[in-house]
Amino acid sequence: MSLSPLPAAPPTAPPITLTGGVVAIGGRPVLRGINLNVESGEFVALMGANGSGKSTLVRALTGLRPLAGGHLELFGTPFDAFDAWHRIGFVPQRVGATSGVPANVWEVVASGRLTHRRLFRPLSRADRAAIDDALEVVGLAHKGHEGVATLSGGQQQRVLIARALAAEPELFFLDEPTAGVDLPNQHALADALAQLKARGATIVLVAHELGPLESLVDRAVVMGDGRVAYDGPPLAHADVHAPHHRSAYDLHADHAPHVASPLEADEETHR
Amino acid sequence: MTPADLFGLPFMQRALIAAVFTGLAAPAVGTYLVQRRLALMGDGLGHVAVTGVALGLLTGASPTWTAVVVAVLGATLIEIIRERGHANGDVALALLFYGGLAGGVLLTGISGESATHLQEYLFGSITTIGISDVVVTMVLAAVVITVGVGLSPQLFAVAQDQEFAKVSGLNVRAYNLLVAVLAAVSVTVAMRTVGLLLVSALMVVPVATSQQVSRSFRTTLLGAMALGTFASLGGLVISAFASFKATVAPGPTIVLLALACFAVTWPIGSLLRHRRRLAAPFPVEAEAPAEHETCEMTHDHEHGPHCGHLAVEHGDHVDYVHDGHRHAVHVDQTGAPHYDEH
Repeated sequence: MSLSPLPAAPPTAPPITLTGGVVAIGGRPVLRGINLNVESGEFVALMGANGSGKSTLVRALTGLRPLAGGHLELFGTPFDAFDAWHRIGFVPQRVGATSGVPANVWEVVASGRLTHRRLFRPLSRADRAAIDDALEVVGLAHKGHEGVATLSGGQQQRVLIARALAAEPELFFLDEPTAGVDLPNQHALADALAQLKARGATIVLVAHELGPLESLVDRAVVMGDGRVAYDGPPLAHADVHAPHHRSAYDLHADHAPHVASPLEADEETHR
Repeated sequence: MTPADLFGLPFMQRALIAAVFTGLAAPAVGTYLVQRRLALMGDGLGHVAVTGVALGLLTGASPTWTAVVVAVLGATLIEIIRERGHANGDVALALLFYGGLAGGVLLTGISGESATHLQEYLFGSITTIGISDVVVTMVLAAVVITVGVGLSPQLFAVAQDQEFAKVSGLNVRAYNLLVAVLAAVSVTVAMRTVGLLLVSALMVVPVATSQQVSRSFRTTLLGAMALGTFASLGGLVISAFASFKATVAPGPTIVLLALACFAVTWPIGSLLRHRRRLAAPFPVEAEAPAEHETCEMTHDHEHGPHCGHLAVEHGDHVDYVHDGHRHAVHVDQTGAPHYDEH
């Protein structure tokens, strides 16, 4: 028996391997028995009704929501040991990109480069090039010096995509990027994602409706009541939203009862 | 005594140094508090620090250091409550604030100190600051400025979008705690300058002023630090000159000068925002242009870059806005110009 060198993760390790994933919110299991493998270069659409758990699944895959059970590997590394954050790009679900202090588009996109920067160091030339390139891909290169607050909702969504792009990641998570975005902006977004796909990026996208993104999707995963209800080639819109059977209670109900008192943790995060 | 004599006095020189460092440090942290919509956090920490000062008076330890310790503890507690309490965090913060103030006043009474001694800390007493206090102020302020400016990419990202920062591999909890601790430290730094009850003004008002005219985070941060320095130096000098005629305390003068700066910039900012809104390009439909009416060129002038009407970008042309119309010049096949009603 000969000693082999340290077992490094094989270069072809799949971006996402989740087996038996369970997510509990407030002690109540919300996602159960999730098995999901995503291969390199795949464009996966996570679909399902409101409350089906599709956003929760993305939050579990990015570590924003801890797994109560199961095993998650990113690029072949168990999640607890994973630290190659520059390989991951995340576009959160949100209404806007503003905060209490004005910030311009370039600054918000520049914060996407943090995974490549060391503390107390200025931006390098490579950082600046990546930021300009990301703005170019989403078609906002001419808006760099405008305040984020002055952009439309669709443009703000594109800024958030550029921010994730600036890190030059291999695996993208997008949580409802098309929600509340007008059609021209949805097309701009689809163009940006098509460019990403052509570069070989792996994309996991949560969507209620695909719209102009439909032609890009390789695989659809449909969530229903916290389980994977369908996993396969993309579906027509009607199949996703007319499930074979509905559960007895309303799917829009809260996952966990809401508790409100000043010092008590309310485990349902605000979004 | 002439003004030159006044600036030659050691106590005045110490006060000037303290004013510069406080003016730079307080807005450096205040910017992140405002960004996270926690503008009143400095106020709360100021109240908590009152207990710290009183503890110092009671035990005979340096009130500056006991205030730093208690304010940092308070900041940590506030951050824990905020992280775990979510929406109801502000109520929990209020509980802490009142506890801090009441505890401070009570302990001062027990220690047998007169209320005037506590008042030095409540409303500032920059001109009675000693050498050792100046050194402590300089060191603490330098730390706050170095971290606040040096780590600005990280602190900006965390304050802007916590979830994104977390998926970028940043330790969000540690950075949140860092901002809280920096805020606590700058509260104690500014304690001797403007006083614990007014400390938040120096952290927040320059930021509010700076963001009236700036569009980027960087200019807001640096502008706020410049304005903070101007206000604290200016306020000190004004009160020094005014005190030849009447009793003018430096702390309130500094805060009122900062507020005056805001009052001056607010109309400018308001005007800038109004003009930016008016000039925002009209959205372009992705589909074929909708049907629209035309209008003969019967105005007393032709619309153009110098006609005085607001010109707004609309796709590949410009619409002239007046009296509820959006007129775009259009030349039809015959070569006759008319206005499209867009």
